Amino acid sequence: MTTSNLPSTALQTPISQTESEEALRYYSATQLQLILWRFRKHHIAKLGAFILITLALVGLFAEFFAPYTGTTRISGAVLVSPQMPRFCNDDGCTLRPFLPGVTSERNPETLRMEVKIDPTIRREIKFFIQGEPYKLLGFIEMQTHLFGVDEGSVHLFGTDSLGRDIFTRILLATRTSLSIGILGVLISFVLALIIGGMAGYFGGWLDYVIQRLTEIVRVVPVIPLYMGLAAAFPTEWSSTQVYFAMTLILAVVGWPTLARRIRGKLLSLRGEDYVVAASLAGARPSRIIARHLLPAFMSYIIVDLVISFPYMLLSETALSFVGLGLRPPTISWGVLLQDAQTVRAIEQAPWLFIPAAFVVIAVLSFTVLGDGLRDAADPYQISG
Amino acid sequence: MTSTTKESIHQDNLLEVKDLKISFKTDEGIVTAVDGVNFSVKRGQTLGIVGESGSGKSVSTWSIMRLLPKNSIIQKNSSIQFRRKDDEVVEITNLRPTSRELRELRGGEVALIFQEPMSSFSPVYTIGNQIMEAILQHRDVSKDEAQEIAIDMLDRVGISNPRQRFRQYPFELSGGMRQRAMIAVALSMNPSLLIADEPTTSLDVTIQAQILKLMRDLQQDLGMSIIFITHNLGVIAQVADEVEVMYLGKILERGTAKEIIHQPQHPYTQALLRAIPQLDHLGERLTAISGDIPSPLARPAGCPFHTRCEKIIPGTCDAEMPSPTQLSDTHIVYCFLHEDRDV
Amino acid sequence: MIKFLIQRIIGMVVTMFFVSIMVFIIMELPPGDYADRWAFRKFSGTGTQITEADIDNIRAEFGLDRPAPERYLNWIGGIILHGDFGEAFSFQTSVNNVIGQKIGLTMAILFSTLVVTYLISIPVGMYAAIRRNSIEDYALTVFSYLGFALPNFLLALVLLYISITVFDSSVGGLFSPEYADAPWSVEKALDLFSHLIIPAIVLAWSATAFQLQTVRATMLDEINNLSVTAARARGVPEWKLLLKYPARLAINPVVSTVSFDANRIFSELPIVALVLGLPELGELLLKSYLDLDMFVAGAILLVLTFMIVFMNFLSDIALAILDPRVKLIEG
Repeated sequence: MTTSNLPSTALQTPISQTESEEALRYYSATQLQLILWRFRKHHIAKLGAFILITLALVGLFAEFFAPYTGTTRISGAVLVSPQMPRFCNDDGCTLRPFLPGVTSERNPETLRMEVKIDPTIRREIKFFIQGEPYKLLGFIEMQTHLFGVDEGSVHLFGTDSLGRDIFTRILLATRTSLSIGILGVLISFVLALIIGGMAGYFGGWLDYVIQRLTEIVRVVPVIPLYMGLAAAFPTEWSSTQVYFAMTLILAVVGWPTLARRIRGKLLSLRGEDYVVAASLAGARPSRIIARHLLPAFMSYIIVDLVISFPYMLLSETALSFVGLGLRPPTISWGVLLQDAQTVRAIEQAPWLFIPAAFVVIAVLSFTVLGDGLRDAADPYQISG
Repeated sequence: MTSTTKESIHQDNLLEVKDLKISFKTDEGIVTAVDGVNFSVKRGQTLGIVGESGSGKSVSTWSIMRLLPKNSIIQKNSSIQFRRKDDEVVEITNLRPTSRELRELRGGEVALIFQEPMSSFSPVYTIGNQIMEAILQHRDVSKDEAQEIAIDMLDRVGISNPRQRFRQYPFELSGGMRQRAMIAVALSMNPSLLIADEPTTSLDVTIQAQILKLMRDLQQDLGMSIIFITHNLGVIAQVADEVEVMYLGKILERGTAKEIIHQPQHPYTQALLRAIPQLDHLGERLTAISGDIPSPLARPAGCPFHTRCEKIIPGTCDAEMPSPTQLSDTHIVYCFLHEDRDV
Repeated sequence: MIKFLIQRIIGMVVTMFFVSIMVFIIMELPPGDYADRWAFRKFSGTGTQITEADIDNIRAEFGLDRPAPERYLNWIGGIILHGDFGEAFSFQTSVNNVIGQKIGLTMAILFSTLVVTYLISIPVGMYAAIRRNSIEDYALTVFSYLGFALPNFLLALVLLYISITVFDSSVGGLFSPEYADAPWSVEKALDLFSHLIIPAIVLAWSATAFQLQTVRATMLDEINNLSVTAARARGVPEWKLLLKYPARLAINPVVSTVSFDANRIFSELPIVALVLGLPELGELLLKSYLDLDMFVAGAILLVLTFMIVFMNFLSDIALAILDPRVKLIEG
């Protein structure tokens, strides 16, 4: 049939014309192609990948998707609950989504401006509306937003205590949270490769010293360690500097685990015959590592990376949550959750908790994706 | 729930297996591992089962004590009848796998020893612990008595310093000693039937000879029946009284050891014998059997061996499974070449 | 065995030595030192002018003007020789006083969490392995994914929210108000237990999910092991089989990762403690970081790490007892 043929059967029965092409494709496929083929069958993992790509796109073009900017404060719209656009009201239904009309009034008791809902008026949601200016991808000047309203404001996820649209802030936070995770993992990976690779390949006393080092870093509880380093950030640092420093710490504290796995794999592969053959042929250690050893466990490494990511994300969220992480105006999901620290806050405005859902979804997607990749990349698993 | 059918099992027989069909539920579909197999074992005799891997030899014998995994299916018409020590005949296929009756049979009357002596013992308990577990399960003795029986058994199988070995862990013993210990465990329960699944395959030749001699001696002393499974015809020649040749879940030929070794009738048996390297034919090419054993997922129609048989009769061998031809009282062959020779 | 023990103890000491250096570096990292902060606080609080001389005096008084290696030795010497962790500046008392009682509470939280984790994950993991691919197994897998994905502190928030809106009671803190400062008694201990459950569940959440999968995976590996079939062939009853053989081996990875779990628990503790209002070391650590009271922070880091290293040591011993192969290899 197709790729589910066991090699022995294909060899044994006379290969007919139609079969040969399939068989040929199977045998000459590169490792990457094989992995992709099997991955396609793993439906949940595909869902995870889809969600992540969506999140990444949203994060990348956040300013376009969001109706406002991260710092826009809408007066009179403090702690507004989420508003879901509707298609129908008492007057009938239309194809265009709309929000009920609002009027601003001054509350006689609190003397604050409040929004009152007027069900008879419809405010249509306009798409590709002109709003506040921004720079797409940091350099393209634009003013068009995906959606918005002409009068009043639209808050899909409500607003916070300063009147800022949470939907907007979550979208912007997506970019930060995801990018910190990715950068952190990448840096961590490079560190782990270099250090772990050296330890695994050269062995001996270098290995011993590096092992001790990784052990020491691993033994200290992680977040307290992060906190210690983060607490050292001078207050004068700009938020961008903090961003990069945070990424760096996450990577620095995270590499031991990866390094250990790389070292373990390298140690077991080092004794393999093809490695010995290569070194006997005169290949330099770096070439052996790069050309022979790495491809052998690339699949494991990819899986390790994907699985480390949620860890970075959760750590950053935790740190920002307690105020030892990113600083305003940088927004991450963890920073957004600072507003949801106390039960009172949640009681008053449960929608402040929505960023948590994003965290969970992102982590789940990565985990599921990692599992799917691992299943697909494992050469010893015979799948259908 | 037992069914005793005295009339369908011969008086001399300890075990009769009729029309045994076993399949497995796998991700790739239902795979038939044993496809209608008959065999029987006489009291005090050794039945040898020969076959390549995938022939179904292990599966058919493990099924005797219902030791197959949960995804196995024994077809309804299959019959496994065993004569207990109290002379009652039990239909094994009617017993539930978790029943007490089956548990009493396991070890107490039918014992198994396996190919990998290392993996057959749990590494975290001592040899003594695992032997005693078996003894205490089946015999009504105290712990001290059990210990003495165990040590005595270890001595019987030729393990030196049995008292010391009793307290050791499996990894502290050599391969040969572990296999002897396996035999000791099996015998300490005093079974009437010993099923030995490739017991010497993982041992080197000198140890192999010792273990075979040990088994023969013990069989004589205890009057035990043995089913000896192997792919090695040389070993079969040494131990078996009767031999069955299995291929891809079917029996192709059966007879006494003499008949099979000296007058093999089935092309497969003949090819197996031809393939054995002969010391007096040095310098000649080895004759292998061409081709590979087909995957059980893609069973050939008709006679399972036809895909590799040199004497194939096209149109016949690939269409139907040959019916048994009785060549003598003891010799049966399943082959179209011999159909007309029925005695 | 003795040799094994001694090796491990030496390892512990060496590790702690290096950890102490690392902790000291962390303590030194924040710019400025206590004298500067004291001056700043005094000034912003009372408006009095602080001169350089004042700051220098403070420095000398607390020995902050000595070179780093000397300060390190003083600090470490104090800990090892006198059990004195130094001065907790922001609390105006010794660090020992500040962290004293909290160590016990922290350990109580740790143990109750570990108990909850293993009490649930081991039997349930075994059950999932035995009932492989059934609905229960599938449900447990889903639970495990969630356990990993949902951060503990968020779970704590959710639980708090539920408890207030649905049950109308507060589950924060470790003691009911009437017992908070009372001397120890049986009632106080019972009160503590009843309050430990929620933190234990929250903290055990992800550890349980993880260990459950580990136990399940090991059980699955072992259930199909030949030695299990061999035992079955000897007539050993099924339940006895499963408990004696695969279960015994499935516990091994759990035992060896106890210190990882402890590490993770201590890691998440500060944040969960903040949300639930638990008066223990984690929360104190957070506060001391925010206040930059580094002696307290350093002491807590050391204590927590030591507990983890010690648990590592204990689990190594336990593993050697459980698995005879380990002793032989290690010598």
